[in-house]
Amino acid sequence: MTGLSTPTPAASAAARVRALVDGRRRFIPVAVSGLVLVLLFAVGSVRYTGFAEPQVMLNLLVNNSFLIVLAVGVTFVILAGGIDLSTGSVLALSAMICAWLLREGWPPLLVIPVALLAGAAIGFLQGCIIHFYGVQPFIATLGGMFFARGLCYLISTESIPITDPLFGTLAQARVPLPGGTSLSLGAVVALAAAGAAAFVLHRTRFGRSVYAVGGSESSAMLMGLPVGRVKIGVYTVSGFCAALGGVLYTLYIASGNSLHGLGMELDAIAAVVIGGTLLTGGFGYVLGSVVGVLTLGTIQTILVFEGTLSSWWTRIVAGVLLLVFILLQRALAPRTVK
Amino acid sequence: MAAQTRRLAWPLLVLVGLLAANAVATPGFFAVTVKGGRLYGSLVDILHFGAPLLLIALGMTVVIALRGIDLSVGAVVAVSGAVACEIIVAAGDPSSPGAVAGAVAAALALSALLGLWNGFLAAVLRIQPIVATLILMVAGRGLAQLITDGQITTVTSEPYRGIAAGSLAAVPYTVLMAAVTVLVMWVALRRTALGLFVEAVGGNAEAARLAGIRATGLSVAAYAVCGLCAGLAGIVISANTGSADGNNAGLWIELDAILAVVIGGTLLTGGRFSIAGTVLGAVIVQTLSTTVYTMGVPPESALVFKAVVVFVVCLLQSPRFRAQVAAPFRRGGPPAPAGGAGGPAPEEEDGTMPTATGDGRPDPREVRR
Repeated sequence: MTGLSTPTPAASAAARVRALVDGRRRFIPVAVSGLVLVLLFAVGSVRYTGFAEPQVMLNLLVNNSFLIVLAVGVTFVILAGGIDLSTGSVLALSAMICAWLLREGWPPLLVIPVALLAGAAIGFLQGCIIHFYGVQPFIATLGGMFFARGLCYLISTESIPITDPLFGTLAQARVPLPGGTSLSLGAVVALAAAGAAAFVLHRTRFGRSVYAVGGSESSAMLMGLPVGRVKIGVYTVSGFCAALGGVLYTLYIASGNSLHGLGMELDAIAAVVIGGTLLTGGFGYVLGSVVGVLTLGTIQTILVFEGTLSSWWTRIVAGVLLLVFILLQRALAPRTVK
Repeated sequence: MAAQTRRLAWPLLVLVGLLAANAVATPGFFAVTVKGGRLYGSLVDILHFGAPLLLIALGMTVVIALRGIDLSVGAVVAVSGAVACEIIVAAGDPSSPGAVAGAVAAALALSALLGLWNGFLAAVLRIQPIVATLILMVAGRGLAQLITDGQITTVTSEPYRGIAAGSLAAVPYTVLMAAVTVLVMWVALRRTALGLFVEAVGGNAEAARLAGIRATGLSVAAYAVCGLCAGLAGIVISANTGSADGNNAGLWIELDAILAVVIGGTLLTGGRFSIAGTVLGAVIVQTLSTTVYTMGVPPESALVFKAVVVFVVCLLQSPRFRAQVAAPFRRGGPPAPAGGAGGPAPEEEDGTMPTATGDGRPDPREVRR
């Protein structure tokens, strides 16, 4: 405080804030996203009675469990500098496989791994096409989107209900929490997936390579990192996550339908972006993606509580919020060297 | 030019293959007849129903050549149709040509404005194009529904329906409209220096700016043109059905348009474009859809069929894939470059227009500032 270079208290405060922020700039986008989520929630709590109930908050997780898993998978791809448009369709395919195989009388404990494997396989193939043949990710995963959705139609053009008792039990299962609240099994799985993803990204060699490849693919290659393995790996992870999202979706909705998850890939990408991850790759956190999904969910909840607002306002508000977030990011995110 | 022709050879081969398959499966496929002063036939259908896609793909070509992308065109299609229909319904006499012309002009103006908005975000504020246009993609459909109040607005205006149903000298207006747009684009981009500027800015925006090209203005204009094209397509689509559906009009057409552009040999990395390629790409995508109907491919397998063709075209355009396929047939030549881990795909074989990062596998998104 009494240093030579502190002429006014205001300047010293600013300097201290700058010092505090400097080393942590990379957390700012996530922090901003979190702050906006809290603000949104605060607005909701003030405006509507019954909004601030703990169960309402937990229901955000319950109702968006599949989207969280989807966004977690997409985070990997975007961090590595790619993009995945196929997740919504793979979610539908996985749900469809579950419903179809169960109707054919397969044991449920075999059905789930098959669905997950199918999703991972589609992701793996996309990764191979992108890496080995230099097809642009946007187009390769667009083809994958058509392909997975097409497979859904091949399985059945009609909705297949799920009547399996085990799926019913799993869907009904609640994890009790203090205060008389509870989480569905899907929400717990989603949180676990997000936790596992954060661990992989920050504590394993693969995770660090993902950031490196996203930061600069040629530098990563010159450093001797297995760029090909990483690129194929992230698409496989994304495919797997989308399939897991599909399984959670079947628990949530108890049917397989080829129209499930239409446009959900864009929700997932929007959530990742809202969460502060840069589409150019190499920068962002899984936590941000979870916050992004919860933000989208909170908007939905507010619109439900508002009651009189038409559904199209969801889209308009989501678009405006997306804009606000991106502008905030531009203003606050660390300046990167070209 | 030779390089360009060679690049177009593969998509052309796919188109010929598709048409040949059609000719075998449906004997009367190539028959074109004149009924009531208008051409009819499968080939005419492809061009007629492919017109909106082609219009959008043309606008998209310029945006992509500038290293951008526009995901919002589908939403703009919905907004444009909604505005036109609402104005016509609100007009005193929906059948008066004046009311229709006013409605169309208003819709087109709004579409261009939406395009300008995209351009402002992407070029002036330098937000990544995918995200910048994602905003309007998400919000635009909401806007369209807001305009139509969530209903499907139907119009019974004769002149408006005529935009899609009418014809001049037996050629449908839609086909003429697409042809004129292609011509205008071609003249503007290939017979003036504009195309060179576009390729320069797409190749390296900073270098182009230092060379004296107004990169930002050019990009903004490109997004505005893309919006205008999407608006025109929206009017054609809405005139075709005589209704505006905020939810479904032009749904996913942005993906088909991008697909058409890429199939036509324009790289998503910018710096190079081909109008002829885009026309070819749009025709292929539309032929695919028509083929599904005429060949009686069961509707449930239509999407898989489409996906397979997309992959075939993409792989055919990949030099490494062609090398691998050709390797067993090549006598005495060196073995094809193996797909070693971490190896980037080789440079496009002609390499006429060096890309910004120059390592043959450049980042498809904008370089960070």
